[in-house]
Amino acid sequence: MTNVWAIAYKELRSYFVSPVAYVVLAGFLLLCGWFFWSYLTQFSQMVAMYAQFQQPQMLEQMNLNDMVMAPLLQNMVIILLIMVPLITMRLFAEERANCTDELLLTSPIETLEITLGKFLGAGIFYLVLLGCTLVYAGILLYFGDPEVGTIVTGYLGLLLVGLSFIALGLFTSTLTSNQIVAAVSAFVILLLFFAIGWPASTVGETAGVVLGYLSLIEHFQPMTAGLVVSSDVIYFLSVIAFALFLSQRSLESLRWR
Amino acid sequence: MVEVDCLTKYYGGFAAIQDVTFSAKPGQVLGFLGPNGAGKTTTMRILTGYMPASSGTAQVAGYDVFEESREVRRRIGYLPETPPVYPEMTPRSYLDFVSRIKGVTKRERPEAIERAMAATQSLDVGNQPIGTLSRGYKQRVAIAQALVHNPEVLILDEPTIGLDPKQIIEIRNLVRGLAEDRTVILSTHILPEATQLCDKVVIIAQGQIVAEEDLGMGGATEDLEAFFLKVTAHDAVELNAVDPTVTSNSTEVEAGEDTSGVSDMMHDSETGGTE
Repeated sequence: MTNVWAIAYKELRSYFVSPVAYVVLAGFLLLCGWFFWSYLTQFSQMVAMYAQFQQPQMLEQMNLNDMVMAPLLQNMVIILLIMVPLITMRLFAEERANCTDELLLTSPIETLEITLGKFLGAGIFYLVLLGCTLVYAGILLYFGDPEVGTIVTGYLGLLLVGLSFIALGLFTSTLTSNQIVAAVSAFVILLLFFAIGWPASTVGETAGVVLGYLSLIEHFQPMTAGLVVSSDVIYFLSVIAFALFLSQRSLESLRWR
Repeated sequence: MVEVDCLTKYYGGFAAIQDVTFSAKPGQVLGFLGPNGAGKTTTMRILTGYMPASSGTAQVAGYDVFEESREVRRRIGYLPETPPVYPEMTPRSYLDFVSRIKGVTKRERPEAIERAMAATQSLDVGNQPIGTLSRGYKQRVAIAQALVHNPEVLILDEPTIGLDPKQIIEIRNLVRGLAEDRTVILSTHILPEATQLCDKVVIIAQGQIVAEEDLGMGGATEDLEAFFLKVTAHDAVELNAVDPTVTSNSTEVEAGEDTSGVSDMMHDSETGGTE
């Protein structure tokens, strides 16, 4: 476990000594802030409108969770789709380009420890990223009256989505010494997971169910509505475990090339 | 203690090394000589557990390289051909990271880092990003990395590459000092370096060991160049063409400058040219 921490700590350090961390953080927060502001102004305009026309039944349906927080979280997934490959591309590709993989693989640590350390390092950086966006939820809680439980489950979903993205990006980074190649292939895989359920209604019953189950967004949406189903959580955990397993195997295979 | 027995490694159908057998005892510096591409790096990578051999066995510090890889990796210090450094880290934070993954305990860590930096004379650049350092300093930090966990066996792939003559002498002295109670294997294609530094040389060409020579008594060392060319000649016919120059060079070495930095460089370019 100390080895896992050593690798994770090194990864975190290199994120924060290079401009990568700050560019990603600033860009992510700028985009999230823009989305938050536009949903919030829409919401307050509608509230003002219904109040003016005295439609209390409409006013009762207005809900900060459904109209601000849920769409915000869903849009964050789209930003992550683009940002996470940029976070993960360097994890192994850079080691190979620098020839530092030779140091890691000849040290008394296992490839599983290296994989977990890298995942943990990128995961902690992601937690920082996610933590910064809590300010939006904080603003809603301070000025409005959203349901706290729904926000918590939404963030749990976002956490699982992000960690799955990171694990998949980690895997593509083990395949190449070129960071661009790692980022592009991660992006393709993530987008595929995101859109895989789209033809579900047209491809027949069995295939539709399979595609629907594989779809990442299908498992995420219920959480933004406050619904945590164990099969959804298991879906994300298995994606993470499978991607980490593939990364470890791929790393081990470096020895045989 | 390093014992290598019939080690063979295939890359696809190409045999990078074939039936390599040699051994080195504690207190010994074993020089691994050979033209570029002869299989020196491949052998070292197998010994350090970076990759497995196709057949044959190897023992390092009493442990089998394939069966007990982790025990071997705990006891080995390895300097790869390319310094395995992270450009954005400082030597101090880099050595801290390396000592962690090499299993140095938290209590011993500060002292181990200071000792490795002092031994390689890199203390004065301890807090500069490695990416901004010169080639020589990078190489020294990389050597410090191999020493930090005080390993029983040191494997150094061309340790003096990129260093200036003064640093080459310092590193030679360092290696000699380290070898007192350790086994050191180093590869080089600079012949005078081998004669000055090694107790024993193993010459490898086209993946096979072509000669093994004990230099322990200091005898017959000046013939090493002629010997090297003789045993590696069968794979490069053009070598004969440069034979005369080589003889003149070996006289230079015999003339006894021990600061052979300049002649090193000449040899270096020469070996490069003859391949």
